[in-house]
Amino acid sequence: MADLTTNFAGIRCPNPFWLASAPPTNCGEQVMRAFDAGWGGVVWKTIGEPITNVSSRYSSVDWNAQRMMGLNNIELISDRPIELNLREIAEVKRRYPGHAVIASLMVESKRETWHEMVKQAEGAGADGLELNFGCPHGMSERGMGSAVGQVPEYAQLITEWVKEVARTPVLVKLTPNITDIRMVARAAKRARADGLSAINTINSITGIDLDTFEPRPNVDGKSSHGGYCGPAVKPIALNMVQQVNSDYVDGPPIPMSGIGGIATWRDAAEFFLMGCGTVQVCTAVMHYGYRIVEDMIDGLSNWMDGKGFATVEDFRGKSLTRVTEWKHLNLNYKIVAQIDESLCIGCQLCHIACWDGAHQCIHLDRVTGPLGTGPVDGHVGAHAKPQEPGRKRIAATPIPKLDPPIGSVGPFATSLERIPRVDETECVGCNLCSLVCPVDGCITMVERPTGLAPQTWAERTAEAECVPPQAK
Amino acid sequence: MLKADNSLPETEIAARFPDLHPALDARAAVVEANRCLNCFDAPCMSACPTHIDVPRFIKKIASGNVTGSARTILDANVLGASCARVCPVDVLCEGSCVMHGKHEQPIEIGRLQRFAMETFYDAGGKLALRRREERKQRVACIGAGPASLACAAELRQLGFQVKVIDRRALPGGLNTYGVAEYKLRVGDSLREVRMIQDLGVEFEVGEVDPEGLTELERDFDAVFLGVGLGAMRRLAHDGSASESVVDALEFIAGYKTGQRTSIGPHAKARRVVVIGAGNTAIDAACAAKRLGAGEVTILYRRQREHMSAFDFEYEHALREGVVFCWATLPKAFAAKGDAIELQCIATAQDETGQAVPVEGSEFTIECDVVIPAIGQSPLLELLSQVRGVAMEHGRVVIQRTTGQTTNPKYFAGGDCVNGGREVVDAVADGKRAAHGIAAALGGASS
Repeated sequence: MADLTTNFAGIRCPNPFWLASAPPTNCGEQVMRAFDAGWGGVVWKTIGEPITNVSSRYSSVDWNAQRMMGLNNIELISDRPIELNLREIAEVKRRYPGHAVIASLMVESKRETWHEMVKQAEGAGADGLELNFGCPHGMSERGMGSAVGQVPEYAQLITEWVKEVARTPVLVKLTPNITDIRMVARAAKRARADGLSAINTINSITGIDLDTFEPRPNVDGKSSHGGYCGPAVKPIALNMVQQVNSDYVDGPPIPMSGIGGIATWRDAAEFFLMGCGTVQVCTAVMHYGYRIVEDMIDGLSNWMDGKGFATVEDFRGKSLTRVTEWKHLNLNYKIVAQIDESLCIGCQLCHIACWDGAHQCIHLDRVTGPLGTGPVDGHVGAHAKPQEPGRKRIAATPIPKLDPPIGSVGPFATSLERIPRVDETECVGCNLCSLVCPVDGCITMVERPTGLAPQTWAERTAEAECVPPQAK
Repeated sequence: MLKADNSLPETEIAARFPDLHPALDARAAVVEANRCLNCFDAPCMSACPTHIDVPRFIKKIASGNVTGSARTILDANVLGASCARVCPVDVLCEGSCVMHGKHEQPIEIGRLQRFAMETFYDAGGKLALRRREERKQRVACIGAGPASLACAAELRQLGFQVKVIDRRALPGGLNTYGVAEYKLRVGDSLREVRMIQDLGVEFEVGEVDPEGLTELERDFDAVFLGVGLGAMRRLAHDGSASESVVDALEFIAGYKTGQRTSIGPHAKARRVVVIGAGNTAIDAACAAKRLGAGEVTILYRRQREHMSAFDFEYEHALREGVVFCWATLPKAFAAKGDAIELQCIATAQDETGQAVPVEGSEFTIECDVVIPAIGQSPLLELLSQVRGVAMEHGRVVIQRTTGQTTNPKYFAGGDCVNGGREVVDAVADGKRAAHGIAAALGGASS
């Protein structure tokens, strides 16, 4: 049975699933319910001088009738008095001593103010501190949040101030709204931060009401850019986490708490494989509630048992070595698409995707006659192929017992004329057909050995440079 | 001339015929539309006799472009609204859906089409007249059923002057008079006709007799025959003309136009026997149930596997409580007080597969109403008057791609050509014939 107990930069907790600093961690009552549901830790909704929020704060992007593929918010930090938050942190820690409570902090950029805030948070019993250098809306206009996180010098300076007094681990939360996220991560390392969390939300406008022309969310007829999160941002987050966790400038990588579109144990496992020690979740909980952690723990444990991993440390960072620069990829590796006729349902999406969107090597010419002109290899002649022949047929309603049933012709459930064919000589192995195919396992990419030794672009260009001019 | 509302059945009767398949609401339609894979050269489109671009109209629902969706449907099938309700989708578009290959439910194409069409019409949507030159040539369409309506609408779209002539008070043919109420209401059918009328198609009520035909030939450049089939075949038995014996189409037309509010000639009537096992027999049997019949029995001279009704119609009848009596041949009727005694004989299959009566197996069934539903005989009477229009097996012979009959001035489509198929087949026939007529009259045909 997998052991999920975690020690992250010195912060101990029953499992690596944390709630990110956000509405789900707004008050003690919520946090205690989250712990009851199974969360291992929380990062408290950012504490600072109370602000006033606007009404209408969130908007989302739906995709194909699925709600909240991406969520955007213009809510600011906690609007509750600092003392109230601290009192509740103390109460939570008294009742849940084994769970992690990290205080997210954001105050004006003055050394004394930060010192005071750090002391207060630690005095309340926080197990660690997360410096909010990422919030992209509102607070940044006041010189806080991402206004700090976008300038490595500022981030370094404030982290240094915090480290002067902090007794608990200090995490720096990074903003993705920057050209190279590693720059601020390096600044944090130089300031001796104990860990990082990434990514914060991404600047966004989710959409516009086509009747009123008002962007969403609408505050009395106007909107403002917000912070984007949810499943849509996961690939961006995974890339940035990889960049930071592979960076050895200004010291080796420090503990990373992964954030960005994590909704299931699978997402979490991917962030662990990219080197994260814990993960933080917000949008999925805002969608479905704290209860989702049950399957995150259960699913991760079952997967780890199946793989023979006893702890997260057994596989943490395993995929980092699998990411490299493009120039180090093997140019002599060749795969081609293969369609399993027994699984093909004849939707022909692979054909049109390849035809219009890729390399024109998947044809509808399995039979000759009115449908196709016979097998075509290469691009030449392929344009003569009739498009959408179905429009030309005369069809009638079959009368049972009189007309033959709609049925299959040939050895497969789908009639041969509907099953596309891959021209392997033209296939570049781009994967697109296998991505659009709606049937699991129907299109696989299979290796076709080229007989050539592996060679990368770097090697090829280096070789060219080595060749003496007279030999060319 | 279209006064639908006055002719609608009483509310009480209509309430007994709620929709067989409830409409999709907007949210459910979008969810279902998103499930569609958007196949290339989609098999559903090939399977549809009118070749509606199904993925296109479905993806327009998904994008929130319901107007475009309805227009996509109407482009291919001017009776898209009624077809959405009456098409046997299981054997057409939905039957060919690739989802079957994934062991998933096919996309609910029929209900999505209904959603698009009803949303469009309810919002006041109209057929859009294409930009084209107005033409002087005139075409007469005989019969105002689906085939003629489709032909007339397409001809107007091509610029021709069109008149539709029908002997019944309301246009729409079987869409108005013959489709079970829980599939298509009279009002729905008439709304669709009104759309076609708004395109500038002229409608006239009148019987076409031999002199009328001569006049038509003189006044019009081409004639389209969309006359459908004639009255249901009569049972060749004594007493079959009694008022307790009602032809199935007459029975359906009666309740749809509000003239029939109960099953039988007297209040006590509660036992109904339907003879025949086609789709119309099922419609009549289900209607009898909803009109208050206690027992409804379908007699069929052969076995279940021989009946011409679709499987889903058969299952629907079972759910309505209709009883099937296979291998039973009615021989004679006799009045027995208010009731009817039906003398029957069992049948068996001979070596050639024909159902033959079994000697000595006679028995009687007592009932109050008998509804023969044993197929329609073609309107030979009229068509034989049309010079040079060849017939075969009681059907008009046409060129499949143009609808042209052996008399080049006459075109035909729908039930009188195919012997009685679906509304969508009639629409496809009518549309093809319109292009055939346009080509024959020297117009461009796309």
